[in-house]
Amino acid sequence: MKHARLMQYCSEYWEEALSENKIKITINGIETLCDRDDTILKVAKKIGVKIPHLCNDKRLEPYGGCRLCIVEVKGVPRPLPACTTPATENMEIITDNDSIRKLRANLIELLLSNHPNDCMRCERTGDCKLQNLSYEYGVDGSRFEGEKWDLPIREDNPFISYEPNKCILCGRCTRICNEVVMAGTIELTGRGFNSMPDTAFKKPRTLENCEFCGQCVSTCPTGALTDRKGRGKGRSYDLKKIKTTCSYCGTGCNFYLNVRDGKVVKVTSDTDAPVNQGNLCIKGRYGYDFIHSEDRIKTPLIKIGDKFVEAAWDEALDLIAEKFSSLMKKHGNESVGAFSSSRCTNEENFLLSKFVRTVFRSNNVDNCARV
Amino acid sequence: MPDIDTLFLFGSNPTEAHPIVSIWLKKALRKGAKLIVGDPRKTWMAKRADIWLNLKPGSNIAMLNGLVNVILQKGWENKDFIAKRTEGFDELKAKVKEYDLARVEKLTGVSKENIVEAARLYSHADKAMIVYGLGVTEHRTGTENAMAIANLALVCGHLGRPSTGIMALRGQNNVQGASDLGPLPATLPGYQSVKDPKAREKFEKAWGVPISEKIGLKSVEMLDECKAGKFKGLFILGEDPAQTDPDLNHVNKALESVEFLVVQDIFHTETTKHADVILPGASFAEKDGTFTNGERRVQRVRKAIEPLAGKAEWQVISELATKMGYCQSYRNPSEIMDEIAGLVSHYGGISYERLEKESLQWPCPTKDHPGTTTMYTDLFARPNGLALFMSLDHKGSGEVPDKQYPFVLITGRVREHYNNGSMTRRSPGIMELVPEELVEINPEDAEKLKIKSGDMVTVSSKRGSVRAKAKVTNRSQKGNVFMTFHFDKALTNILTSEHRDPITGTPEYKACAVRIER
Repeated sequence: MKHARLMQYCSEYWEEALSENKIKITINGIETLCDRDDTILKVAKKIGVKIPHLCNDKRLEPYGGCRLCIVEVKGVPRPLPACTTPATENMEIITDNDSIRKLRANLIELLLSNHPNDCMRCERTGDCKLQNLSYEYGVDGSRFEGEKWDLPIREDNPFISYEPNKCILCGRCTRICNEVVMAGTIELTGRGFNSMPDTAFKKPRTLENCEFCGQCVSTCPTGALTDRKGRGKGRSYDLKKIKTTCSYCGTGCNFYLNVRDGKVVKVTSDTDAPVNQGNLCIKGRYGYDFIHSEDRIKTPLIKIGDKFVEAAWDEALDLIAEKFSSLMKKHGNESVGAFSSSRCTNEENFLLSKFVRTVFRSNNVDNCARV
Repeated sequence: MPDIDTLFLFGSNPTEAHPIVSIWLKKALRKGAKLIVGDPRKTWMAKRADIWLNLKPGSNIAMLNGLVNVILQKGWENKDFIAKRTEGFDELKAKVKEYDLARVEKLTGVSKENIVEAARLYSHADKAMIVYGLGVTEHRTGTENAMAIANLALVCGHLGRPSTGIMALRGQNNVQGASDLGPLPATLPGYQSVKDPKAREKFEKAWGVPISEKIGLKSVEMLDECKAGKFKGLFILGEDPAQTDPDLNHVNKALESVEFLVVQDIFHTETTKHADVILPGASFAEKDGTFTNGERRVQRVRKAIEPLAGKAEWQVISELATKMGYCQSYRNPSEIMDEIAGLVSHYGGISYERLEKESLQWPCPTKDHPGTTTMYTDLFARPNGLALFMSLDHKGSGEVPDKQYPFVLITGRVREHYNNGSMTRRSPGIMELVPEELVEINPEDAEKLKIKSGDMVTVSSKRGSVRAKAKVTNRSQKGNVFMTFHFDKALTNILTSEHRDPITGTPEYKACAVRIER
């Protein structure tokens, strides 16, 4: 009986799902429903089937450049890229078998054949997608010998380091720059073996041609583009990553503060962030130096004469308590007040509001929202 | 947002001030959305607009009334929406009639053709959204400007459906939360009026002390009282009025006059110079908490490192309260959020436990409420649920150019810096890119004054003067100059005027009269 009800429920579910313009496809034997426009890669990801890729980023339009996401589709004589192939009714897909693995291994070997393969000193070791794939597929670049790029590292600006030798021409940096930021800073230049992402006329990045949002760095799958300020300060696995919310404008972007030995050394994207999905601007990504700035106020200071003198917390707070109490006694509760700040947290704003109402016993409290 | 088919950007420069919001707007543009921009400056968006309404600073209401008038004259309004969901339409219709094309052209400087075309684009759209920024609110008519925008949206019925409506881009990270949670003189946390006995009773019960029913002073009024010698003690948390408020000479006098000033901040600022006691603040990396963004989304701030000075602000405020006889202690900010949830119904369902898994948009009244993405889908926040049209008149800026001060100064931000610059100026890379203030001036004006890019110029208003380098650019229209307020070496707010919006107290940062000299 139970089984019959379950069956009925299931068939109702399928009916309803199918009537909503959903289609049924099968990936590695798993039947699933998806939208008509979904790509194979998107559906596979949704049901937990991993397909390797290098040129795909969910912030970007499907590109089909690296071909690593090739899959077999029943009835189609050649492999198809999962990232650009839309799912169709009753499609049957195999994402992993010996022949696909062989093709993918070949592709990775070709990429490595023009790659420095200097992982031991590379900034991205540990979270380099190319390195991880060559590990997974057990290949290096030694089988194909030929010409290699030998271009110097470019650090012609404060934020973005560029090692062209490590570029695999996936086009993610140029696409995010043009599709998402619409800054037009970099584009694929040159032809054939000599094509590479670069600025117009290979000019250094300046404010004239770049916003320094670091979006290109955030999407680069290898060590070609890296955050200059974070270089040498720890690899991904050395860094503690704390997800937080940006403290500049009111957009509410999330990112990870990367911490090592009690110091924030880098900001990295959180691609699951509800507001910004990994996108950040110059301030969010690179404006963190203030945290460890030398001139942070580190102890309470009391003005004596014309000078500020360092004080212990208790001493300063006792003085404040005493002063405010005596002012209120002498001039009344309405003679004191507080400004709160839209730079502070909700909890702090609430507490200061509570403080004025419960300690000063007035409503003389305001924040800077109006100014 | 990317589903918008027509975007009306008014007094907002998101590619500089809200870069990530601009990414969403750009996505809509790439999908083919039409773009109307109302801005006196030729911004990135203005350059790419289908229609750029290059209005004169301070002529927002004339512009918007003119647009509504065109829509009504041509019969492009949404009659059904107006009849069912609004009131006060006849008064509005009579008022905007006074704003015929010829008059609006004269007041705003925008050509008749552009006004009509903008009205046509906006009114004929299916999913139209208005995005406005501080170019609307930072005028002495700021509140009225925002109401005039609401009039336009209501006339066309572009509200209460996904990808429509009005979006205000707010300036600072937690300006929404700071308003929500009660550091306001007339309201307790959750916008509950201090005049409302029931609200007071609720807080009295929770906090165990009587709550004053007397409306307190706004920040600008507190400063006025300081200067008058009536206000004796002030605690300033994380704010720098001596650089970011307008009419700085006035602010400085006020801060000098107050008998006892405590400032808590992470850096020495113009304001801390006046302090009697400075307390170190903790940066956002050093404490747990939440911020509420412009779309009412409550999100976690998480402690990545220990507070450099040993204590975070929430601990300091609690300790100070305890020392002054009101005992309180919290083990962590999560307990403060629980207290907020108990007192503010919009935050009622919000807890750190839930925020660990999701971000929530208020109103979120209960633990099982999913939060609210679109507001006003069927009713507006008025007792009868109807939106009220406001009939408004053009008033212009408080200070207009004259012979002695012939230019209008518009102030704002650039993308690389933030407000008083105390954070961004400490980034060596950012300082390498944007090391100093630049006065943006139109090429024609520059030629008349024989100013080249890079020349040092003196910008003066009735209140003082500032020296900075000139940048000749057609981003500024003839007669307008633009400066930021990011640099302590060029305190732009010495120039800005004392005029304020009488309703909110927001100063008129966006227009004052200045003179430029080499």
